[in-house]
Amino acid sequence: MSEEVLQQATPGLIPGSGTARAAKPTRLSPSFISWLQAGPMMLVFLAFFLIPLVFVVIVSFWDYNEYQLLPAFSGRGYTDTFEGCIAQLPELCTIAKTYLKTLKLCFLVWAITLFLGFWVAYFLAFHVKSKTWQMGLSLLCTIPFWTSNVIRMIAWIPLLGRNGLVNSGLMKTGLINHPIEWLLFSEFSVVLALVHLFTFFMVVPIFNSMVRIDKSLIEAAYDAGASGFQTLVNVIIPLAKPGIVIGSIFVITIVMGDFITIGVMGGQQIAAAGKIIETRVNALQFPAAAANAVILLAITFLIITMMSRIVDIKKEL
Amino acid sequence: MTETTRKTGVSRRTLLKGTAGLAGLAAGSGAITGFPYVKSADAKVLRYLGTAVNEGDDIAKQCLKDTGIKIEYITATTDDVTKRVMTQPNSFDVLDTEYFSLKKLVPSGNILALDAKKIKEFGNITPVFTKGETPGGKKIGGQGTAPWKVLYLEGKDSKKFATSATEFVTLIPTVYNADTLGIRPDLIKRPISTWAELLNPEFKGKASILNIPSIGIMDAAMVVEASGKYKYADKGNMTKEEIDLTMKVMTEAKKAGQFRAFWKDFNESVNLMASGETVIQSMWSPAVTKVRSMGIPCTFQPLKEGYRSWASGFCVSKGVSGAKLEWAYEFVNWFLSGFAGAYLNRQGYYSAVLSTAKAHMEPYEWAYWMEGKPAEKDIKAPDGSLLEKAGAVRDGGSYEDRMGGVACWNAVMDENDYMVRKWNEFIAA
Repeated sequence: MSEEVLQQATPGLIPGSGTARAAKPTRLSPSFISWLQAGPMMLVFLAFFLIPLVFVVIVSFWDYNEYQLLPAFSGRGYTDTFEGCIAQLPELCTIAKTYLKTLKLCFLVWAITLFLGFWVAYFLAFHVKSKTWQMGLSLLCTIPFWTSNVIRMIAWIPLLGRNGLVNSGLMKTGLINHPIEWLLFSEFSVVLALVHLFTFFMVVPIFNSMVRIDKSLIEAAYDAGASGFQTLVNVIIPLAKPGIVIGSIFVITIVMGDFITIGVMGGQQIAAAGKIIETRVNALQFPAAAANAVILLAITFLIITMMSRIVDIKKEL
Repeated sequence: MTETTRKTGVSRRTLLKGTAGLAGLAAGSGAITGFPYVKSADAKVLRYLGTAVNEGDDIAKQCLKDTGIKIEYITATTDDVTKRVMTQPNSFDVLDTEYFSLKKLVPSGNILALDAKKIKEFGNITPVFTKGETPGGKKIGGQGTAPWKVLYLEGKDSKKFATSATEFVTLIPTVYNADTLGIRPDLIKRPISTWAELLNPEFKGKASILNIPSIGIMDAAMVVEASGKYKYADKGNMTKEEIDLTMKVMTEAKKAGQFRAFWKDFNESVNLMASGETVIQSMWSPAVTKVRSMGIPCTFQPLKEGYRSWASGFCVSKGVSGAKLEWAYEFVNWFLSGFAGAYLNRQGYYSAVLSTAKAHMEPYEWAYWMEGKPAEKDIKAPDGSLLEKAGAVRDGGSYEDRMGGVACWNAVMDENDYMVRKWNEFIAA
């Protein structure tokens, strides 16, 4: 935090701010105050994120049997995971297949939520003038969060199922003779459900970036003779980039680790990185689960690093 | 059997959704029961960890009335119950779990065997548990983790299962059942008599099995054996080659599009069947009843190769001693004294002590549920809702026929770790 900001926040505690209180000998040094302010967040981060993460990494190198963890160094969690990856070539091993599938779903969901999220945010930011309406319409986007996974699953069957609304509607209009099977328990339904859920995570950060764009910049662009499309590409998109990247990080991290929605909507027949971890945990094979968690974390981290290369979020904020 | 409240499936988001979602979840699964009662502070309280199978609200109420013991239910899925015993053995007093998990629980030393001499009705426990035969003398299939193989320990603190009866009982038997395939007779329109039908291309895209590896593989093995592809020495304890073979058959079927979906949760199985997404699938007895109570025809189809069975019982946490241990014995004795047994029988399960349960049931109820006779009157569930109209006959018939037809038991294999890996491969295929 810069001294300037700090001074605004706590004028009495900064040397040279010239009040009577500041002259007291017990005053705290600026760097100590910075630490004090950042401290609580750091402690929470340390206790609930870093330390558990270290444990996960440690446990991933332990051995295990049917009923307990054996705290002896073992790479078994990893070697088991990559079992057959070389021996089975050219056929893909389980873990490669699983990650390919997960990445494919992740890419589809990301591309669609980005497209939808961008235009919803664009509409909210530039076409809705009243703040009340902006708020109200944003809240509408949260509707998918009002029901639980179980309810949602039950709700999709009558809609997309073999005897569901969509199929019976299409059959009645005579467009199809047999029900379309791929509407439910397929990659289509998984992507549909994930998009339905997570578009909101794209809308919010992009909207946030867009409302902060100085309207005079857009006016200036028009004055300079830019077309609507040119303004979009050269002014709005570059300035909305931090929102786009943050939204993308949200969506990608959630979809990479998801196993519930993929499980439910995919009829438990579609592999997912999170699913492997779940199966392992349920079989009490914690080190193997931890190893898979570390691999998932590494891959997700890699994707996010690549994205941060494109946009320096820290700078843009 | 694992009736679940979707505990494994509750995400952070779901939790945040607050009461509406949770209430819906509870109502949907019908599994969240036994909210704590208000009573004086020195009440006898036992924390009861288990799956939803035995955890009836009415059982807890009646127990409080009869014994003054207040039961606090901790409900979890089978997998989560085991996990909790391993990682938080002090978070419960009484454990209600399945026999097949004993292979994991007993070596951990986190549970305490109970003393058979202190169980009043122990001598009256059905020979299904003690001898592996029905009261009528029919021999029961013993493949897998059959209860009589793991019923006794060699000593109080022993971690070895005794081969003959001792007084140290791992789990005091409570409830068990025989599972098979559920079918939609109205959509299949022909008799089904073998497990092999699950992979019949006729039902392409309309079949399902459980996505709980240790149970799913048993059903898969029944199918493989029924189709004449292989005969296992012990389905419940396969070699690596046998696991490979079983999973290969299932993977081929999956790739050919045989399965509509796999299910993991009681309600999922009900929805798949009720909506007609599947017409043949592995199922649990109360799920079949639930589909039927929605007015949709569904049969818990007896098959010539027999049933896959499961059983559960009580033990206590290693942290339980003194007065609390006495309450635990008092509770277990009460549980076997009839009320709970009758309650379970009326849900389509079987109680461990048949004589006491019979005394708590109407003769017409006993005749329908246990003797396989046509119902004289309408058959009602414990909550009073109509299950079957007069004249109906239970699928599979009598206790003797159903339990006598058991071919194998839910199991944890020696090659469990390998099996779980292969199961993940199957899902990824």
